[in-house]
Order: sequence, then C-alpha cells, then structure tokens
Amino acid sequence: MSASLRGPVLFALMATALAFVGFYQSWSLSLAILNLCLISAIMALGVNVQWGYAGLFNVGTMGFAAIGGVAAVLVSAAPVGEAWAAGGWGLFLSLLAVIATIVAIVLIRAKMPKGRARGFAVAAAILVGYTLARWAFDPAVDAIEAVDPALSGYLGGLGLPITVSWAVGGLMAAGVAWVIGKIALGLRSDYLAIATLGISEIIVFIAKNEDWMTRGVKNVTGLPRPVPYEVDLQQAPWFLERVAAWGLDPVEASSIYVKLSYALLFAAVLLALLWLSEKALNSPWGRMMRSIRDNEAAAEAMGKDVTARRLQTFILGSAICGIAGAMLTTLDGQFTPGTYNPLRFTFLIWVMVIVGGSGNNWGSVLGGFLIWFVWIQAEPAGRWMMDVMTMGFGEENPFRLHMIESAAYMRFVLMGLILLVALRFAPKGLIPERTKLGA
Amino acid sequence: MTDILNAIIVFANFVLVPGAAYGAQLALGALGITLVYGVLRFSNFAHGDTMAFGAMVTVLVTWWMQGHGVSLGVLPTALLALPFGVAATALFVLATDRVVYRFYRRQRSAPVIFVIVSVGVMFIMNGVVRFIIGPDDQDFADGARFIVSARDFRDMTGLDEGLAIKSTALLTIVVALVVMAALFWFLQKTRMGKAMRAYADNEDLALLSGVNPDRVVMVAWILVAALATVAGVLYGLDKTFKPFTYFQLLLPMFAAAIVGGIGNPVGAILGGFVIAYSEVAVTYAYKRFLGHLLPESLAPESLVQLLGTEYKFAVSFIILVVVLLIRPTGILRGKTI
Repeated sequence: MSASLRGPVLFALMATALAFVGFYQSWSLSLAILNLCLISAIMALGVNVQWGYAGLFNVGTMGFAAIGGVAAVLVSAAPVGEAWAAGGWGLFLSLLAVIATIVAIVLIRAKMPKGRARGFAVAAAILVGYTLARWAFDPAVDAIEAVDPALSGYLGGLGLPITVSWAVGGLMAAGVAWVIGKIALGLRSDYLAIATLGISEIIVFIAKNEDWMTRGVKNVTGLPRPVPYEVDLQQAPWFLERVAAWGLDPVEASSIYVKLSYALLFAAVLLALLWLSEKALNSPWGRMMRSIRDNEAAAEAMGKDVTARRLQTFILGSAICGIAGAMLTTLDGQFTPGTYNPLRFTFLIWVMVIVGGSGNNWGSVLGGFLIWFVWIQAEPAGRWMMDVMTMGFGEENPFRLHMIESAAYMRFVLMGLILLVALRFAPKGLIPERTKLGA
Repeated sequence: MTDILNAIIVFANFVLVPGAAYGAQLALGALGITLVYGVLRFSNFAHGDTMAFGAMVTVLVTWWMQGHGVSLGVLPTALLALPFGVAATALFVLATDRVVYRFYRRQRSAPVIFVIVSVGVMFIMNGVVRFIIGPDDQDFADGARFIVSARDFRDMTGLDEGLAIKSTALLTIVVALVVMAALFWFLQKTRMGKAMRAYADNEDLALLSGVNPDRVVMVAWILVAALATVAGVLYGLDKTFKPFTYFQLLLPMFAAAIVGGIGNPVGAILGGFVIAYSEVAVTYAYKRFLGHLLPESLAPESLVQLLGTEYKFAVSFIILVVVLLIRPTGILRGKTI
C-alpha cells in the first residue's frame, strides 16, 4: 500500500470498528468510546510533540492530566464563600511567606559571595520561610476543611464555564512543565523519565491529600457541563418533537445527543491542535527540532540553543496533556484523584504513540483511537474468552470463577504484548514519520 | 536523664528501627536496579513488578506449605518458600531476556529504547501478577510477631516509652546482610563475578579478554531475580503484599541507586539507607520526642511534622533531584553512559 493511502485507510478501518460497536452493542457505547478516543488522541499528540519531535522521554503524563483535572475544579466549581472567609486570609499569608522566601533566596544568592556563609543563609531563609508559611497555612486549612465537610470543606472554584478550564488546564500544566523542565531537562534521557515519573506521582499525591483545594479522595462531583443534561432534554418540548418525528426512544436519544455534543466539542479541539502541530512540524521550527533529536551535536554546531528548544517542546507537549486532562474531567463531570493510575494515564499513552507512529501526528492520533478502543473492548472480549476456555468446568468451579473475575487484568498483558510486538516488528509505527528521502 | 532516655527510645522506636528495615529493603531493590544498569546498561522500569512477581510466587508457595502444616516455628514460613520464588522469577526473567531484551542488545539499541521495552515487560508482569493473585492485600506472614514488644520493654526498663522490635524488621536486616555479603563475595572473589565487573566496566575490553557476554548477562539476570524476590518478600513480610505498592517502590529504589551512584553496588546500599532514613525522618511527627526533651512550658502543641506521611515519596524525589543537580554521579562515583 502506498504511504499516502495508508493513513486514510487505517482511519477508515477505525471508523468501521466504531460503527460496528454502534450496530452490534449500542450507539451510546460507541460514542462513549469515541469521546475517550478523542481525549486519548489529544494526550498522545502531547506525548508525540515531546518524544516524536524532540526525543524527550517524559513519563509524567498522568501528572499533567491531573493538573488539567484540578484546573477544571478550580475554574468551574461553585465558590464556597464561607471557606474563603474562614481560611482565605491564612492561605494568602502563607502564600506571601512563600513568595518572600523565594525573593529572599534570590537576593541572598545574588548579593552574597559563593561559599559556606551563603549556603547557611539560604538554609536559614528556607527554615524561617517554611515555619512562617506553616504557621499561617495549618490553621487556615483546618478552618477550611471544617466548613461543612460532607458537602464542601474546600475553597471551591470560580464558578466559570468549564470549557474555560481547558485553556486554564493547559496553562497550568505549561507552568508546572516550565519548572520541571528547568530542573530535569539537563538530565540524561532515562533520568528524565525517572524524574517525570516521580513528579507525576507527587502531583497526584497533592491532589489526593490537599483537601482544601481539591477535596482529596472525597472527590468533587457535579461539575457543571458544557452540554445539556439528559433529564432536561427529556422534558424539553423541542427535543421531544424531534425525537418523535424520527421515531426514537427519548431516553436513548438524549444520551446520544449529549455524547454527540461532547464528541463535536472534543473533535474541534483535537482538529485545532492537530492542525497547529502539523504546522509546527512542517515549519523551520519543526525541522530544527528533528535535527536536534537526530543529531544534537550538529544542531548545536549550527548555533541552535538545544536546551531552550527542548524546554519549549516539553512545555508545549505538557500543555496539550493538561488540556486533555481538563477535558477528561469535564466529560466525567467529577474530579476523582484516586483514579489516576500511571499505567492508564502515562504508559498507555506511550503505547498509543509507539504503536501509532512516533514523530507523526496523524499516527499518534490513530494510535490514541486504536489503543483506547482495544483497551476498552479487551475487557468484555477477555471475559468472553475465559468463559469459553473454562466451559468444561462447573458453573461454580472456583478456578472458573477466578479466571473470569481476573480476565480484566489480561488487558495489561495484552498492552504489554502490543507494545513489545510494535517495537520489535514495526518500530516506526502504523503511520511512520515522513522523511524527505521517502521510504 | 530519664527524659533523655525516653526521647531516645521514642526516636529509635519510630525512626531508627523502621528506617533500618525499610533501608535494607530499598537497598536490596536498588542493588537489582544497579546491576541491570551496570551490566545491561538501562534503567529497568519493570524492576518493581519483578519484585511483585517474586513475592507473589513466594506467597503462593507459603500458603501451600501452610496448608500442609509446614512451619519454621518462630520464623516465617515464607523463608522456606523463598527459593521457589527466586527460581520462578529467574526463569521468568531469563525468558523475557531471551524473547525480548536480547534482540535489542544484538542491535545495540539506544538505552532509551531499552527503557521503553522494559515498560512493555512491566505491563505484562503487572497483568500476570494481578491475574494470578489479584490486586488486593495478601497476608502471608506467620511466626513470632515481635522480638520485644513495647509493653515488655517498658516493664523491663521502667521507662515511659516502649521500644517494639518487629521480628520481621530484624529478619529483614539479617537476611539483607547475608544477601549483600554473598553478593560482594561473588563480585569480588569468583571468576564469574570478576568477569561481570569487567564487562560492566568496559564491554569491549572484557570481550577481548575472552569474557562470554551471554553467560555474564544470564548470571546477572539470575542475581537480579534473586535480589528482587528477596526484597519483595521482605517488604511484603514487614509491611504488606500488594501488587501496586511494588510499582510505587520504583521511585525510591531508583532514587537510592542514583543517589548512591548508579552501577555501584556499595552506593546502592548507601543510597537505600539515605533515602529510607530521610523519608522516615522527614515524615515523623516529633511532638512526643520534643515533649520529653523540652521543659513542659515549651512542649510543642502541633505534631511538629515537616511533611505528612502521604508525601514520603516526595522526599526521595527531592533528594534525587538535589543529588542530580549537585553531584550527578551520586555520592560514590557511579558511572554515566
């Protein structure tokens, strides 16, 4: 098959697979899978910008997705005035203390000569700053978390439309990525991997434990939606008329309508990001990035600032993951820090990029669709397989029950196999990177 | 005087003893990581799940033995089951090397490709462990729980504070010492160990001197499997066996290996204890400790805890970053590739 046809054909096959689910399982399920495919594709795009363009091995995708989720809460949840009154000042004071400490450290480092005295001064500044910040922070947090703990117990958000949080999530992820990149990008490739893995764990720990900000494991539920609620649709006269005219079931139709609206929103974001990524990849900037990836020394000799460019791609890719994270929380309608799992939110995304084709944006998007589809469908397929395989045992046989119950974990094995097979036999992915030399 | 003694006992009970056990567990894990790094030249992301796999086999064999009435008296039965766990893990790991890693070694792929490949292996091991034993906590510890319980210690010494020493803590330290001694003996004294060090140091020169690379790699994997299984079982005995916690140990173990100087076995042990003690010391609430030392009027009201225990992984991470920035080769010079 010629290279130019390969992409469209594979995407057509993907669409057929989703249509199959629509016909044989249900359209509601098919659209639910599609929505997560779209979000996964955006995350894969973010990883591809880092790995495919610049060769950065970032395994902290989960952290950036969680930042996006936090952004969704902070932007869209209703503000809790009582909590602000109880602890707002304390938090503000502790923030001031942190800022003052940072300013003090910068001043000390600028004014004092290098040596032991400066080290001690910095340590003293950190100690004083930390004590002051904790002194203001602890009572404020206790006060906030005491405000109606069953329902709020946190500061709430700004009460803005949740779509705003997509941009905010991207910006917040970019900000965190800037800090991380400054520290970690100088490291060797697999040290960067370990560093980003650690940071993503820490971000999720913060989201789980800082109840004043995210309610922690108590979760924030009932975030506003950018699309109508099914219940409202089922009572709206215009909707009921339409549905009746087409002879559909109102409950089923409302669910499809809501999911379709999400899909359109997500697809718009994906297409916009894909367009931007393609533009960037085929610009002088993109060529520069690939030259840095393929031959760092040569690029540096040509006068390219390798460190700065790497930081730039790291920030861009992380911002894309942040956007996807905020969209995911929007789709769920709730923020549940306990569900962030590195296998699902980091390594699965890596499988998507490797299988789809690293360095090729369309490939990563296809990988996002395909791997998510397989990930979801592997569960019922695995259960069915186990059911068939253990047919010979009795209905209540403990071995049979164990096999069927554990079938869900087989998809981890499946993902590992897919990754290994792809790396071994098709290391360039389903839609390989395009190079000037052809092939 | 008794106040000072009480303070020391509190500190020993909550920081020194648990830190030593945890440090030994991390050190064993970090030794495995450092061996893979030194001999096979990549960061093995599947190491945590290798530990989980080895511990799982040991747990299953332990249950089987318990079911047949086998017991070691005061010692946990898991010690008897340990060799089975090591053997099964060694077979598994050698199989992955044969099927997966060897291809990339022959291709002389970049280290980062190996890391991605190890992610694939991690997925598979993760799935296999959960498939067989499930994702939940499993209890397989038996034998005596305490060597000295807090109450006995108080009765014995007449102090207000008790020092409890869990038998698993002592067992961890003893077993870890034995394993480490054996490992160093192997690396320093045997022909194979010397060949392995030579291979890790300079592959080309070692090959030139007639070192058989396939044998070195095979023995290295067997050692890694043994270290991982022992570390996983000791951690499971001392705390609890849960597949996901082994994945979470990956970060502190990597931190230990890198902080000590990656590729350097002594560094891995040192790093393990540095990380463990920092974690425990930073997340320990010093209220009671200070309460004994300070006069009553000055006794602290808050917990005097630098960081909540939930952030213990952040500690290893911060140490890792600081070491990488200040001294990238680690405390004892490790290698850089």
